[in-house]
Amino acid sequence: MKDQVVIVGAGLGGLRAAESLRGAGYDGHIVVIGDEPHLPYNRPPLSKEALAGGVNVEDLHFRRRPTIDDVEWRLGAKVVSSDLEAGIVRLEDGSEIPFTGLVIASGIRPRQLPIPGPTTGRVLLRNADDAAYLRDRLGPDTHLVILGAGFIGCEVAATARKLGAEVDVVALDPEPLVRPLGEEFGAAMRRHHEANGVRFHLGRTVQEVLGDDHVTGVRLDDGTELPATVVLEAIGSVPNVEWLDGNDLDLSNGILVDDSMRVVDSPVPAVAVGDIARHPNALFPGEPMRVEHWNMPTEIGRHAGKTLAALLAGAEPDPTPFAAVPSFWSDQYDLNIQSFGMPGLGDPVLVDGDIDGDCIVEYRKHSGEKDELVGVVGINRSKDLLPYRKTLQSRQQ
Amino acid sequence: MITISVDMDACENYGQCCFEAEVLFRLDDDGKLVFTAQAPDDRLADIEAAADACPMQAISLMES
Repeated sequence: MKDQVVIVGAGLGGLRAAESLRGAGYDGHIVVIGDEPHLPYNRPPLSKEALAGGVNVEDLHFRRRPTIDDVEWRLGAKVVSSDLEAGIVRLEDGSEIPFTGLVIASGIRPRQLPIPGPTTGRVLLRNADDAAYLRDRLGPDTHLVILGAGFIGCEVAATARKLGAEVDVVALDPEPLVRPLGEEFGAAMRRHHEANGVRFHLGRTVQEVLGDDHVTGVRLDDGTELPATVVLEAIGSVPNVEWLDGNDLDLSNGILVDDSMRVVDSPVPAVAVGDIARHPNALFPGEPMRVEHWNMPTEIGRHAGKTLAALLAGAEPDPTPFAAVPSFWSDQYDLNIQSFGMPGLGDPVLVDGDIDGDCIVEYRKHSGEKDELVGVVGINRSKDLLPYRKTLQSRQQ
Repeated sequence: MITISVDMDACENYGQCCFEAEVLFRLDDDGKLVFTAQAPDDRLADIEAAADACPMQAISLMES
């Protein structure tokens, strides 16, 4: 069989993998299989600009490099199983697609809790259809209850307030965004949201969604009832690994890869890209991690494409270990939040500005004598963050 | 030559492009993006990386 790479997943990770394969000189056929009907598009606007202004997927399409013009896109097709030893993936309709090289880029989906109650009016937010559905239900007459106070929950809260909706946020965490930002900074974010009319119910869970056919409210674990016309569940994500079952791979949290993004224990050339990849990072030594930040599929894709191209050419992958500075950003009200590094690994120190306004917060990790910068978060201070990224990038030397 | 354009309505001055294609993209003293509209062909990889990295996907390029 001539070389054929199958990329499972037509999101940002799949796109970057295809481009990187071509960039590394792989000239065989590439098939990208995506379960949505769309070419790769940008998801972050789905909780922000696109949710506020209307969802048009064409406007969200990524630029595709001319080098991948000959890639075959199998869109609206779901991969349900695979046999890596035999070199095939199977689609829902039973058809099999053979490969000599595999890119695992099937991403994540929102976690859903088994909360009893009606399902109409309950939404998750992952793809353009979800965003369009939610968009149609947001307006001045809407009462939105959001479960979860992470990025998606907070961004949708801000957007929904802009559209005039009533917004309640219910979360078990002590403060919004507590995991990436820490408690003090999270509390400042809560105050921003409260000043914009969002109500928080923290340390609480939803026990029941109320209503007969359609959502009318939720009941919290302390008995409080909140009215709701729509309920958004934004409580984290689950990696889409089920189609890899039966191949003796480590699927305990995403798919485990080595520092070249090669799938550990794969019998055939295979790499993983994006949110699904649990990978080492030379800048942050320790356990392999999945990092669901937007810049990572691009960083990982660059590395993984080169690795797979080498393996298919019968060569050893470049031994330079993967090293990238994770970065996230978030727009909420007039706040541009941007981060570099892994703030969650350190303790926050306010180094400039006001925690309730524009500021820079460093995250430092202390171990023994060592006190090192592991991350930084700034609000409306992008320019001042630039030197931090350079410092973090040089951690490996 | 490569012609660079940036949708300045979309740009939020995050500065991610400034790492990928130094000199061509930079933030001025007020933290606002300034960029060079024409670049030589040997900067293609950098400019593509800058376009890839833009959180707002506001950068486009044309080769001529």
